[in-house]
Amino acid sequence: MFENHFLSLITFFPLVAVVILLFFPSKQEKGIKIFGIVFSLIHFLISLKLLLNFDYSVYKLQFVEKTKWIATNFLNSSYFIGIDGISLFIVLLTTFLMPIIFLSTYSGITKKVKSFYIHMFLLEVGILGSLVSLDLFLFYVFWEVMLIPMYFIIGVWGGERRIYAAIKFFIYTMAGSLLMLLGIIYIYKLTGTFDLIKVYSYKFTLKEQLYLFAAFAIAFAIKVPVFPFHTWLPDAHTEAPTAGSVILAGVLLKLGTYGFLRFAMPLFPDAMIKFAPYIIVLAIIGIIYGALVAMVQKDIKKLVAYSSVSHLGYVMLGLFALTVYGMQGGILQMINHGISTGALFLLVGIVYERKHTRLISEYGGIAKVMPVYAVFFMIVTLSSIGLPLTNGFVGEFSILLGTFKSSWQHAWVYTAFAASGVILGAVYMLWMYQRVFFNTEPSEENKKLEDLKPREIAYLIPLVIMIFWIGIYPNFFFKRMQKSVDYYLNMFKAKQVGMVIDSEGGKK
Amino acid sequence: MTGYVWLIPVFPLIGFLINGLFGRKLPKKVVGIVGSGAILLSFLLACVIFFQMNGNPELSEHGVKNILFPWISYGDFNVNFAYLFDRLSGSMTLMVAGVSFLIHVYSIGYMAEEEGYWRYFAYLNLFVFMMLTLVLADNLLLMFVGWEGVGLCSYLLIGFYYTTKVASDAGKKAFIVNRVGDFGFILGMFLIVTLFGSLEFEKIREGIISAGLTPEHTFGVITLATILLFVGATGKSAQIPLYVWLPDAMAGPTPVSALIHAATMVTSGVYMIVKLNFLFQLAPITLLTIAWVGGLTALFAATIGTVQNDIKKVLAYSTVSQLGYMFLALGVGAFIAGFFHILTHAFFKALLFLGSGSVIHAMHHAYHHAGIHDKDPQDIRNMGGLKKYMPKTYWTFLIATLAIAGFPPFAGFFSKDEILWKAFASNHKILWAIGAFAAVLTSFYMFRLVYLTFLGDFRGCKEEEEGLHESPSVMTVPLMALAFLSVVGGWMGFPHIFHLPNLLEHYLEPMVENIGNIHFMHNVSMEWTLMFVSVGLAIVGWLFAKFLYGRKTDAPSKLANTFNYFYTILLNKYYVDEIYFALIVNPVKKIGEFCWLFIDTVIIDGAVNLSASLARCVGKIYSLYQNGAVKVYALTMLGGILILFWIFF
Repeated sequence: MFENHFLSLITFFPLVAVVILLFFPSKQEKGIKIFGIVFSLIHFLISLKLLLNFDYSVYKLQFVEKTKWIATNFLNSSYFIGIDGISLFIVLLTTFLMPIIFLSTYSGITKKVKSFYIHMFLLEVGILGSLVSLDLFLFYVFWEVMLIPMYFIIGVWGGERRIYAAIKFFIYTMAGSLLMLLGIIYIYKLTGTFDLIKVYSYKFTLKEQLYLFAAFAIAFAIKVPVFPFHTWLPDAHTEAPTAGSVILAGVLLKLGTYGFLRFAMPLFPDAMIKFAPYIIVLAIIGIIYGALVAMVQKDIKKLVAYSSVSHLGYVMLGLFALTVYGMQGGILQMINHGISTGALFLLVGIVYERKHTRLISEYGGIAKVMPVYAVFFMIVTLSSIGLPLTNGFVGEFSILLGTFKSSWQHAWVYTAFAASGVILGAVYMLWMYQRVFFNTEPSEENKKLEDLKPREIAYLIPLVIMIFWIGIYPNFFFKRMQKSVDYYLNMFKAKQVGMVIDSEGGKK
Repeated sequence: MTGYVWLIPVFPLIGFLINGLFGRKLPKKVVGIVGSGAILLSFLLACVIFFQMNGNPELSEHGVKNILFPWISYGDFNVNFAYLFDRLSGSMTLMVAGVSFLIHVYSIGYMAEEEGYWRYFAYLNLFVFMMLTLVLADNLLLMFVGWEGVGLCSYLLIGFYYTTKVASDAGKKAFIVNRVGDFGFILGMFLIVTLFGSLEFEKIREGIISAGLTPEHTFGVITLATILLFVGATGKSAQIPLYVWLPDAMAGPTPVSALIHAATMVTSGVYMIVKLNFLFQLAPITLLTIAWVGGLTALFAATIGTVQNDIKKVLAYSTVSQLGYMFLALGVGAFIAGFFHILTHAFFKALLFLGSGSVIHAMHHAYHHAGIHDKDPQDIRNMGGLKKYMPKTYWTFLIATLAIAGFPPFAGFFSKDEILWKAFASNHKILWAIGAFAAVLTSFYMFRLVYLTFLGDFRGCKEEEEGLHESPSVMTVPLMALAFLSVVGGWMGFPHIFHLPNLLEHYLEPMVENIGNIHFMHNVSMEWTLMFVSVGLAIVGWLFAKFLYGRKTDAPSKLANTFNYFYTILLNKYYVDEIYFALIVNPVKKIGEFCWLFIDTVIIDGAVNLSASLARCVGKIYSLYQNGAVKVYALTMLGGILILFWIFF
């Protein structure tokens, strides 16, 4: 029945959960929680079929579905979805993280449980929809769908300053989205279609490109976030409940980098080339700045939030290096960051549930009372600082190699500065780890902390497996992304030559 | 068995998994046997493969290669997870596995009363896995895996007593300082990929030979690449300016200091350069830099070693100093001599550390016996006369001291003498003088240690003295094995003037081809002369120590008072840590705070909040206007329609 609509099934499957949940009595909190776990697990298992049936021998969009959606004189948009090697793993990352998140919220969320689960599933639809959309209008709809549940998740289930954080998140993102909407409408006006594949082959003039690229880039840059658009992130992360932070760091931020790769860069390649040096510089500032600020944080969660700024700087750098290595590394690093930072937020959530504080200074010597927890935290820390044989190393190495071998002027200067983030990363993570787990005998109060429960171990283990799988055998992922990366790089090259001749009369 | 090279590192990995996952529940005996047994298997397998390789001319020339799987590959870049067992990596493997085994056995006794026994053995096994991966890697990237991996284990083991701030600070410091070096290593690798299109040692070598590259006498790409790799080496092998982590690393358990911070890990920088000798030979500027950094480190660390009072600190500075000698050798082009010193140093320095461990163990028990808890069992000022109570420890320690001080026929004599001779023979006479002077200091601080620790009278109270006893045989047997190696270990590299076979040089010569036009002078009488000079220098150092510490006298404190200024500087290690803190650590923290509290909070968020309140102000103004007066609304609508008409028509 779903042979031809498999991707739709995957995308809208969480809506089924929403409908079922509506009929659940709100008091049945336990039932709702278990339902959430089971349902998301089934969803993940079904989505694995995407991986099994994915053909990576040639570049093509797969699981494509295309039907007329809105067909009026005024607006003509189709329901056009599909995936390739670029979106495949981010889609899977999303479905992979959901059961993990639900397992963790089993104890973390205590108020308005039903409503929370409904919001989470709606959010998932928005994320998956944005990732599979190949129609600009459809993409925009999903993009906005994502925003609202996230706003409520922060604003309702968040910490003390949740309202400030939620509104800041909303306004920041909305400001970007509106610019993008203007851009999308302008594209429609020029080309008469929202179909991404058709728009790819349209040749915009350089001037059009510059404006359009700027509109898209700001929307995505806020989402990533690229320095200096990042200040919503620490607040949103710190105030959001653990589940919200995980999904935010794990997937939502990736929509920004994904947007660059799927929309902003291939649609407007000449503008991209013009803007790229500035974006690269901002990415590198993000790497170093994020790390420096992370270093002086007193709140563990805020530290992790700032480390995201640093890590996503690497992703941006990899994409804009415009080399095979950089782009492979950049896409892989999106996945890596989802896993490692997701795991870090889960881990922070675990002690927060026990002690209700995230201040580093309240801890110390915890390794003695929570040894298993300390081991998991150590593994994730190592992944975050990019130790070889963990996922982080493969990503960072590829990105730095890609930057070094890119044809940008002063590529080696970029590389050297970006590589200094590797040192700073070790500084802030290990210093935090030391102050939380080592340094002293645990205080009397901390001696009462309970080590990991089986449920907590159960949801951390899949993340640890992924950390080592990507670290030891990254080729599984690279192979599946290779053709897509080649395809996009060739497109940048081919289109750019054409465009440069068109707009500047054969120069260059 | 040549298809099973990969098992050599994998045995310890299995040991790590067993002890790491289940060790908490296993009895201590099993943990110790699993831990040591895994290393023994590695060592035996390495021996078998070593002999098989040497018996087969084909394998003996190219080495035994096991490709496991492609690790990172995209575009034209491909790196395999592959191990290569050749003459050089094979010799190093034998040393690493052998010494590791002895130290594991010793640890069974030394760590017997520790709480985290299983944790200790798990880390130690993981370390050996990483170290063997570093040694056997067939490409630079896999070597880097081991390189950072040993750093991780070092971090974990230095911070083994993690509830103390000293230990956890030291672990963190080691990791971060090494990361600074690794920063250079990574950039160096990128340059090599760009130059040769590969990170495999064989391919780099082939690339150099087929392109007919000649030494680069100006500061070019190869010079830059090798300098960057050398930056990595200064981190791992504790050279100026990144040596600062090693003395602090002594906060870890003593067998760890013996294995990681003396015999194996810290020599990996030297090993890497020996392995890449064909590349480094093309960069004379780099070599000269290495020689000077090595020479100066040898001298600098030795001066600090002369005044330290912590038995392990003396040995730590001694290690830094000896590593300096190795780099001095590499820098003057004597790669085999450098490697030779890795081997002999591994034997005698591991022995010195284990001996000191035995002493600390005894002192600890003595204090425990006397009910004293606040005395430092590592302070040599509290020791003395231990020879009487621990003869096995004393005699083995003395052998190691004779070896490091450079007395013939002990191991250190041959390797150090060759380094000094090669420095002289390659016309680096100032470096020779520096090395020779450092040799006097070496002999001095080592004999100072022997006199203060083992000879004279015990400087503690009666109760303490009653608690002193020799260590159990699980600890003393490894000491004796290492003592044996510290005697005969040097005999594999007799100097030419002895007219005895130089086994090591003969064996490794094919690995170290002279591409770089490095010339050593041949002058037999000069070589003999210098040899006598260096033995003489060792004797001078010994006599000086004997004069100051071999009898009851206040000469040492008088000397310290006379040269108070120098003494304070030396005692405080030239204030290097303090300088680094003031110049780097604190400013970086300040910058971080500035970024957070000013740029983020005041500027960016200020702008964001300003625009938000602006929007609110505008809204307030408009809301004044929405006061419910319908006539005003109607008027506005009319105005709006008129404007629209004006635009469209």
